[in-house]
This record gives sequence, structure tokens and C-alpha cells, in this order.
Amino acid sequence: MTTEVCFIQEKCRSRQFWLLLALGGLVFMGTLYAFFTLEHHGHVLTGMNNQIVWGLPHVFAVFLIVAASGVLNVASIGSVFGRKIYKARAPLSGALALAVLAGGLAVLVLDLGRPDRLIVAMTHYNFKSIFALNMIFYNGFFAIVGLYLVALMDKKLKPYSRPVGFMAFFWRLALTTATGSIFGFLVARAGYNSALYAPMFVIYSFAYGLAIFCVVQSVMYWWNHRTLDEAVLRRIKHLLAIFVGASLYFTAVLHLTNLYFAKQWDFERFLLLEGGIYPLLFWGGQVFLGGVLPLLILFHPDSAKSMLAVTLAALLVIIGGHAQMYVTIVGGQAFPLDLFPGYAEASSFFDGQVHAYSPSGWEMLLGMGGMAFTFVVTTAMVRAFNFMPEDDFKDLEGKEH
Amino acid sequence: MSDRRDFLKTSAKTGAVVAGVSLAPGVLFYGIAQGRAPEEAASDKRRYGMLIDTTKCGDGCRECVSACNTENGLSGKTGPQDSQWIRKVEIENLQTGAQHELPVMCQHCENPPCVDVCPTGASMRRADGIVLVDRHICIGCRYCMMACPYKARSFVHEPLHDQNPEVPRGKGCVEACTFCVQRVDRDESPACVDACQKSGHQAMVFGDLNDPASAVSQAMKAHASTEIRADLGLHTAVRYQGI
Repeated sequence: MTTEVCFIQEKCRSRQFWLLLALGGLVFMGTLYAFFTLEHHGHVLTGMNNQIVWGLPHVFAVFLIVAASGVLNVASIGSVFGRKIYKARAPLSGALALAVLAGGLAVLVLDLGRPDRLIVAMTHYNFKSIFALNMIFYNGFFAIVGLYLVALMDKKLKPYSRPVGFMAFFWRLALTTATGSIFGFLVARAGYNSALYAPMFVIYSFAYGLAIFCVVQSVMYWWNHRTLDEAVLRRIKHLLAIFVGASLYFTAVLHLTNLYFAKQWDFERFLLLEGGIYPLLFWGGQVFLGGVLPLLILFHPDSAKSMLAVTLAALLVIIGGHAQMYVTIVGGQAFPLDLFPGYAEASSFFDGQVHAYSPSGWEMLLGMGGMAFTFVVTTAMVRAFNFMPEDDFKDLEGKEH
Repeated sequence: MSDRRDFLKTSAKTGAVVAGVSLAPGVLFYGIAQGRAPEEAASDKRRYGMLIDTTKCGDGCRECVSACNTENGLSGKTGPQDSQWIRKVEIENLQTGAQHELPVMCQHCENPPCVDVCPTGASMRRADGIVLVDRHICIGCRYCMMACPYKARSFVHEPLHDQNPEVPRGKGCVEACTFCVQRVDRDESPACVDACQKSGHQAMVFGDLNDPASAVSQAMKAHASTEIRADLGLHTAVRYQGI
């Protein structure tokens, strides 16, 4: 009998594995079809326009990029802060972080007006541009986390895992700071232009990344018919709750600050009350589904014993995260730029109007490609390598909390 | 022998005279026109700028917009995905009810946010202050459009045909007003300014801000003018009078 490429041979379940791979592959094929269609016909087929220049693909892409650095947090808590239950999860955390980042970047690249010029983006750098710095951070993330993974998985290199882990931790903080700054540095738009975006995106990344990690970990445990120890579950659950709470706090501070500035009132009224889809996604998606409901689930006394409850909370955080990105990215552009403060404005270029955006199916296909790519890579990785967390239960007793 | 030498001398003299007669006007004309030779780089000795008098800008007049579209090969369509390099904006003061109409295009900032954010350096500011997009290295990320406070930039959403050879444009790239750089390099005014003059409104004055004797410098010195969103500190090359 031929041996399957599968780390735990007795639990290969090849049919299901290939089925999952085919499913992810099919979605990604759809993404590639959308990409080539848009490459040929142009962005005229999308709902994006000269007012809403970043749309649905960016919502998916930025979510994944922000989440990627957060996924690595699990490894960082192990390597940097020396927590053993997180150390056991460091290889999965590192590998998953790379897969998630690759998925996000894939969407970003496929949506470029000139994706054929990717080599230009890699060879021409304007170092004043936070976007260019992000490219360096993304590439560096692959290199450093790749090294970190090697150090974790090679017994001879194990001693190096701590210093490389430190480096990866600081690098990921810089990366998310830079990603948040993409929005924070937009001086003229009412929805952005705040230094708060940098730390807020770091906090969002903690929550989104841990949520993705929780879901993947749960699926792995179910797949292998194993149960996550209650002590481990409790700690991860508490951590997720802290990150979700902190995300809500930063969101509240951003909007309360804006509400204090008279010049921001119109924007806040638009985003929080009168802007149609945006207040709905903000209150219903970001705050309730992605914040309040997960907190209620996570703080419910019974959830400490239920991997299903924690996974459900994590899934809600992921849904809320997408709502947040839609509100931040599309909502921020839908509100018109104020060229003449104190004046009503009108023109053939839609000055002074709330900008409409109806995403097309092509954008949806393009956006879903990031998740599909991450899914395929993760499925293949966890099958071929030993990423299943192995807890030493002696470590769980007593002192660690 | 001497006949041959005389012949050569006469030929050389005649040649020099012919060459002088045929080249001198060109050199002289070039000197007068002060247009740049194609191989000569733009210089920071000049900074091109524009003053727009909103009190002279005609109600409902779109001459500048039409001239821009013709000069730069734009379709003139005004859908959400169509390029508009210059547009007429109607504004009304919310307190006083005062109304104005004015053209808005790339303001050619001294500190342009589009140049700051562009990852590849495709968005760039020429030495003479004209802000341009290098179509060879624009990757179509649209970050400059997010950053521009004036909504001055457009993204080319579909393939283009029958372009003006002097103004190359392309699907997937970002574009904006170039001050009609192809005309400026021939020492002509941008198409919108010419059209405004011809229409009789004479609301736009263009020229070298570094030359105190230029019409635009004189006009800016004589009249109070302001930048759009002066609070941002971008020091735009386009200024407005009457708002």
C-alpha cells in the first residue's frame, strides 16, 4: 500500500482531505477567472469607481493581512512571554500566519490596475510611502516567520527559536502599525486621518488573528477526534474576550473623539446613524455580531467547557471583522470629501454627494480568493506537517493562568 | 590649383552663410519662446501656477472642461467610472447663501499627498512643480486617489482607443490634470486657460510663479487669493480669487 503524504497516517481520511482541497481549489479557480476577466476588460466590470476606489476585494484583503499578524500572536505569547500552552501551538500559529498573509496579499495584488507590474512594485520603492514600507514589512514577515518556523521545527535550531520569536513579535507589531497607518495617514478624509488607526489595527489584529486560530484549531481537534483540554480552552477563551473587549474600546474612543470635534459631526452622523448600510454594518455587524455577542458567549459560565461555543464566538468575531473593514474602507470613502468647508457642493464628479457602491460578482469572486487560498494552503500544511498542538498536561496544572 | 582652392573657399563661405541664415531664426525663435528642448530637464527655476477668478467664471460655462477633454483625449462622459481631469464645482455658503462656480483640477501641490503615498514613485512632482503620473511604473493601486484632498484623480477603468499621441493614457493606471504639460513644454498655456480666454471670461491666468513679472505673479500680488483646503498646508500652485 502506498503511503499517503499525511503526518498522522492512521488519520489520513484521504477522501475528505481531497474533497476539502477541491472545494477550496474550486473557489480559487473562480477567483482566477475573475482576475483574468478584469485584467482583460478592466475594472469597468466592478462596482468600484472614481469615488469608491477601494471596494470589496480590499475589505477581504485588509482583513486577512491584519489578521495574519494576529495569528502569530499565539506563537509570540509562547516564545516571547514563555507561556507553555502557547508554545505548543507556536508552529501552527506561525504557519497559519503565513497562509493568511499570503491569502490577503494575493487579493490585493490581483485587484491592482496593472497586476503585471508586480515586479515594478518590488523594485521601485518610494520610502516615504507607508504602502511601500508595508511591502517591505510583508516580505520581511514571510522571511522572519519562515525562519522562526524552521527554528521551531528543527531540533538543532530550537535554541534560536526564542530570539527569532522576539524578532517576529516586534516585526508583526510594526507591520500592523504600518497597515493601520495606511488609513491614518489620509489627511483629507473625515473617516481616517487619525493616529489611533495604528494601535487600533494592532488590537483588531489580536482579535481577528486569535479568532482565525481558534477556528482552525477546533477543526483540527474535531478532525482528529480529540478534545481540547478545558484549561487550555479557558485561557484561549479569556484571551479572545480581552482582545474583543479592547477592540470595542478602541472603536469607542475613535468615535467619541470624533464626536467631540464639530467638524466631524456630519461624518459621525453619516456613519453611525443616517448612512444606510454603514450604520447597519457598524452597529449590527461590527459592534453586536463581532463584539457584544462574542463577549456574551465567551463570558457565559458554560462556554469554558464548550469548544463549540468558543468556536462560534470566534466565527462571529471574523464576521464582525469583515463588517468593520467594510465600514472603515468603503464607509470612509462613501462620505464625500469636503473641499469647501462651510459650503454645499455639487459637480459632475459627484462632489458633495454620498457616493454609491454596489459591488459586482467579479469583486466578490476576487475577494473570496484570499480565504480560499488560505484554506487550501492551511489544509495541505496541517496534513503534511506536525502542527497538531501537543499539550504536556503537567504544565497545565497550577501556576500558569 | 588656385582655382580649386578658391572654389573650396567660396563654397565654405556660402555654406556658412546658408547655414547661418537657415539656423539663426530657429535659434533666435527658440530664445524668444524660451520653450524647453526635449532633452532638457524641467528646472526648479520655474514653478508653474494658476490663478482662477471665480467672479469672472461664467455660470454654466464649460469651455475649460471641453477644451481639456479635447486636448487630452478624454471621452467627456461623466459616469462614476469616467475620467474627469477638470470639473466645474458649484458651491453655496451654508451661512450666507453666497453662490460661486469654479473649475477644480489637480492643484499641483508643493507637498502633494499623492506623491507621498505612491509606493513606486509613479506619482511625482517635476522640478517645475507640475505633478504627474509616470504611466510606466503606476501599478494601479489607487492609493493616491485615496490621499488626494481634491478628488482630482481618475482611474482608467476600461481599454482606451484613439488616444492623443501626445497624451498617452492606459487602462489600469491613475491619471489627472497635467497642466497640459505637452503644451507648457512648448511654452503654451494649458488648454483650459486658452479656452477661458477665448470664451471672453478670462477667469484663468497661468504662468511662472517664480517670475515676478509674469501675469500670474502680478495678478496674485494684486488680488487676495486662497488655496482650497489651505488648512492642509499643501501650498497648491492653483489659487482662487473671489471665494
